[in-house]
Amino acid sequence: MNSNNLDWKKYFIVFLITICLFLTASYLSNYFGNQKINQLKVIQDKIAIDILSSETQFSLLSELSCKNISDSTFSSELGELGSKLEWSQNNLGTTDEVSYLKKYYALLQIKDYLLAKKISSRCGVKSAFILYFYTTAENCSLCQQESFVLSSLRTKYPELRVYSFDYSTDLSAVTAMLQIYKIKDTVLPAVIINDTVLTGFHGVDELDTILNDSFKLQEAASTPTVKK
Amino acid sequence: MALILNIIFYIFVFLSLYVQVFFFITFFENRKKIVIRDGRTKLRYYPKVTIAVPCWNEENTVEKTVRSLFELNYPKDKVQIFLIDDGSTDNTSNVLNKFVNYSNIKIFHKNNGGKHTALNLGLENSDTEYFGCLDADSLVDREALVRIMSYFEKDPTNMAVVPSVTVYNPKNFVQYAQKAEYNMGVYFKKMFGFLGAIHVTPGPFTIFRRKVFDDLGKYRQGHNTEDMEIAFRMQKNQYKIEHCNDAFIYTNTPKTVKKLYKQRVRWIYGFINNILDYKEVLGKKKYGNFAFFTLPAGIISIFSVSFLFGRIVYDICHYLYIKLLKFNTVGFDFNFKHISFDPFFINTQVFVFLVYVLYFFVIFAIIFGQKMAKEKSVFPLKMLYYFPVFSVVAPLWLLKGIYNTIVSRKPAWR
Repeated sequence: MNSNNLDWKKYFIVFLITICLFLTASYLSNYFGNQKINQLKVIQDKIAIDILSSETQFSLLSELSCKNISDSTFSSELGELGSKLEWSQNNLGTTDEVSYLKKYYALLQIKDYLLAKKISSRCGVKSAFILYFYTTAENCSLCQQESFVLSSLRTKYPELRVYSFDYSTDLSAVTAMLQIYKIKDTVLPAVIINDTVLTGFHGVDELDTILNDSFKLQEAASTPTVKK
Repeated sequence: MALILNIIFYIFVFLSLYVQVFFFITFFENRKKIVIRDGRTKLRYYPKVTIAVPCWNEENTVEKTVRSLFELNYPKDKVQIFLIDDGSTDNTSNVLNKFVNYSNIKIFHKNNGGKHTALNLGLENSDTEYFGCLDADSLVDREALVRIMSYFEKDPTNMAVVPSVTVYNPKNFVQYAQKAEYNMGVYFKKMFGFLGAIHVTPGPFTIFRRKVFDDLGKYRQGHNTEDMEIAFRMQKNQYKIEHCNDAFIYTNTPKTVKKLYKQRVRWIYGFINNILDYKEVLGKKKYGNFAFFTLPAGIISIFSVSFLFGRIVYDICHYLYIKLLKFNTVGFDFNFKHISFDPFFINTQVFVFLVYVLYFFVIFAIIFGQKMAKEKSVFPLKMLYYFPVFSVVAPLWLLKGIYNTIVSRKPAWR
């Protein structure tokens, strides 16, 4: 006959080993998560330096000449940072650090926008801007669609600069912009082109026409986007 | 809601990991006890054994099966072979009649009543101390019987001894996938044996002491898994089941995904329903590891796989929805210039590392199972077919087994 073969000690040891494996996995995940956060911080610092450098350069040169000011003055890594932050929010969770980085990112975008606008008006540098407000607080499928439209336009017109702001970002500068353009969360997504506020979803063709009326944009060398 | 689903997900990952660690620790505790013999095995005494071969439409395989029994390294006068035609509608009957003149073979013809009725006919006509079944689609290694009997000789408390079942002559990717699975099964079966918690006495060549049936009764239908039901009954009555890892049986396996699916729905349905029939055993101390490990591990795997499958299906649907939304919004994007590899986007969430650990345990089980099954190559690449076939199709037969249980619809044999 079968003897009672239960070994509680073994069950407990296996439990401890499993806990250890969990903790190790948790440690590794945390370690690599921190590495990513640090990487984001490095990118943000670089962008901050770029913007500060551009502002300084602008202050130095503005009274003399605008000829050295060009599009290359603007930081090129804002887009990369934006996508990495979005990925981090989805995969690392909305931690304090990610929220902080998101606020910092919003601030950098505003600074970049203001600088670009200043250069554009004073030196006549042709720059097209779109301010885009969306929300992650609730399931906003229209925001998702609008993001696709803006990505598509940015691919089509490399010189187009899109500044995206999460409505739920708890930052006074973002709140100030929302107040300036009188945007409420019930009308999201909202797109601002040349100070014109467009709320709700607007398709590629519509925005393309508005952009071409407001700014004379050059298409990218090959036409990457095929409309249905 | 997302948080709750995440917590459930991690609980399942934890439990699945616990089961695999349990096997791993069992392996390290007992690794020196695993003996893989070479050459001819001898016994002090050769008891008489009846081998019943139930057949239902097995015209293509049964002759080979019987001929493999002739090759057994066991005295011919000690092996009685019963060929039982369970109402076949093909040429099986004529194939069996070829063996009518063999002195140690008896042929029975009966109306179709299911495998358990064929085995019970064998039991009724058998008077030997040991009784075994051999499915008519399987072949025995010549040392299989003598090695199994050596376990009975070594330990008089062994009431049944199960062999190592591997895949016979795999030809396509479905069969190679099963080969990896069967080899892994050899490893797990050995571990269950060490734990005294084997839950199935496979149709291909498990040998029982006659006393098992005298004490516990004959075979039952057992939801078309009579080999599982008798094992559950034995565990409930604390009859010891041992695994003889170096007794090899080669079985023909389904060639197509559809046939494999059908077979596995039957197995899963049988497993779930036998658990339900023997639910009083669960968590009872006197039934040992069978009650605390085998059954809970089975239940955990059923729920984990179902949950994970649901999650994967949801993720795939969500991905497709986003792609569709994008297509509807901006059309098809031909621009792949922006696609570049950035290690930043490698997923480093906790579960990813745990899944790596789980894969490690699975691969370890396959490799060690291969070694125990005396496969020449340690890890042939064809074994990798296991992962796509079983990770994609297994959840489907699992869910179908659950569904059938809920609506109480019994799956067909084929």
